[in-house]
Amino acid sequence: MELLKLKNINTYYNAVHALKNVSLHLGRGEIVTLIGANGAGKTTLLNTLSAVTPARTGEILYDQQRIEGCEPERIVELGISQVPEGRQVFKPLTVEDNLELGAYLRFRRRESRKVIRADLEEMYLLFPRLRERRKQLAGTLSGGEQQMLAIGRALMAKPKVLLLDEPSMGLAPLVVQEIFGVIAALCRDKGTSILLVEQNAKAALKLADRGYVLETGKVILSGVASELLDNPEVQRAYLGKEKKEIWEN
Amino acid sequence: MNLSDQLLQYILSGLSTGAIYALIGLGFAIIYNSTGIINFAQGEFVMFGGMLGVYFFHKQGLALPIAFLLAVVVTALCGVLFERFAIRPLRRPTPMNMVIITIGGSIFLRGVAMIAWGKDTHVLPTFSGDEPISFAGATLLPQHLWIFAITILLIIGTKLFFSHTISGKAMSACAVNRRAAGLVGIDVRRMIMFSFILSSAIGAMAGIIIAPLTMTSYDVGVMLGLKGFCAAIIGGMSSGLPTVIGGLLLGVLESLGAGFSSGYKDAVAFVILLLILFFRPQGLFSRGSSERV
Ligand SMILES: Nc1ncnc2c1ncn2[C@@H]1O[C@H](COP(=O)(O)OP(=O)(O)OP(=O)(O)O)[C@@H](O)[C@H]1O
Ligand SMILES: [Mg+2]
Repeated sequence: MELLKLKNINTYYNAVHALKNVSLHLGRGEIVTLIGANGAGKTTLLNTLSAVTPARTGEILYDQQRIEGCEPERIVELGISQVPEGRQVFKPLTVEDNLELGAYLRFRRRESRKVIRADLEEMYLLFPRLRERRKQLAGTLSGGEQQMLAIGRALMAKPKVLLLDEPSMGLAPLVVQEIFGVIAALCRDKGTSILLVEQNAKAALKLADRGYVLETGKVILSGVASELLDNPEVQRAYLGKEKKEIWEN
Repeated sequence: MNLSDQLLQYILSGLSTGAIYALIGLGFAIIYNSTGIINFAQGEFVMFGGMLGVYFFHKQGLALPIAFLLAVVVTALCGVLFERFAIRPLRRPTPMNMVIITIGGSIFLRGVAMIAWGKDTHVLPTFSGDEPISFAGATLLPQHLWIFAITILLIIGTKLFFSHTISGKAMSACAVNRRAAGLVGIDVRRMIMFSFILSSAIGAMAGIIIAPLTMTSYDVGVMLGLKGFCAAIIGGMSSGLPTVIGGLLLGVLESLGAGFSSGYKDAVAFVILLLILFFRPQGLFSRGSSERV
């Protein structure tokens, strides 16, 4: 059952045609990864979904409803949250304030503080290191902790779809493992659907159910993740397999 | 009066004008932090507060507290209209655009006040009598105490707002990272509107509490705005304590300067402004990092 579906999306930055007829879909409880080189349009795709960089033409269906004309707030309200590229935590605010702000719309809807408080506790269970640092300013956290905070902040909105933009960027392998573990658990335990943008193609394809390969604004390949992992073109362009084999010979 | 009594007198009256500068400075900082705009019409909000107070009290014959409240509400409304019609229409403003727009806005608001109320100076009665109070050799008016009390309340109020309410935190979030704020569902335009309401309301209160001491007229906003701007610059555009201290410092220095010769009074602010901009553009108290809320 498709939860999110993009049909022939075209997005521009003035004259730059950043997404060209992109179509893709995300099922309920599915992890889908979007891989591609620098400048392929991955961030643009997530921002088009979040209505920050709206599409010029094309349709976005969420739960069978057209959402491409919505404001960014509305997208969050509908249940689509983004963890932006480069974490973008609110650095001069405390860890706890950052998490609370993730629930901003829930406060605005006058949802019970007790419930929101309980969700905050849940974030601390998910990321125990954030609990130790709850009164610390977000800018003083390490890169990995900031990434956790950015994910926690997005989760505080209780999203049904989580959009993650290169969560592994600049992090040590062990931290990446930890974060990918959390992503897998979210999908498994909560049924959250996940669209994961990654340059770390191998790790992403291992985690995901399906994948799309984006090149200069176009989807050039898509399929089941394990098959993409074995695809020679993917191996050559994104996994650096061929080079390694030549080198090994 | 011996020298130390005289010094205390200057300092006390400096602190009370300084409190006003602090409030005006906070208005500058709040808008700057949420929009990146230096609102040169801030002084006009202060003038509107005083003039509307005069209007509601003298012309409409309302009780002082009610006149006070109405003046604040109407000025805040002006703040909303100003944001809506002068600031928001610019979609991708350059800093130069913004300076021109807010200076233009200030000239416009001053013009409106002149047409509505003429060029005369007006005065409001003090809030609770004119019986001087002696204090360790110096004398204070009850109005000075009102100024201190209201300023302290407003400062505590804004502090609590920014650190303890979700709207306040959302405003801070917008100030530091607008894009990320949008992504968590904060309506950035609404927050900008909010910052104009807050700044104009605080400015109006400053204008009303000072009016009984210094009189008010359509053009008091120019100087008061400049002094408030100076306070905010000393405070590194922080919407908290540093700007408050900046205002108090400026008030005291001005008062001492006037003690030497009354001609120096206004020059003090200009000199401080230039010195800070040359040597410590990040403000007097900042440790050099540019992260601020
Ligand atoms: N604000 C902008 N204005 C103009 N062009 C832009 C803007 N943002 C991105 N682009 C262009 O759009 C294209 C896609 O950029 P995008 O940021 O989506 O790539 P990406 O796949 O996320 O890359 P990376 O892996 O480096 O994050 C690039 O050619 C980029 O130069
Ligand atoms: Mg990107």
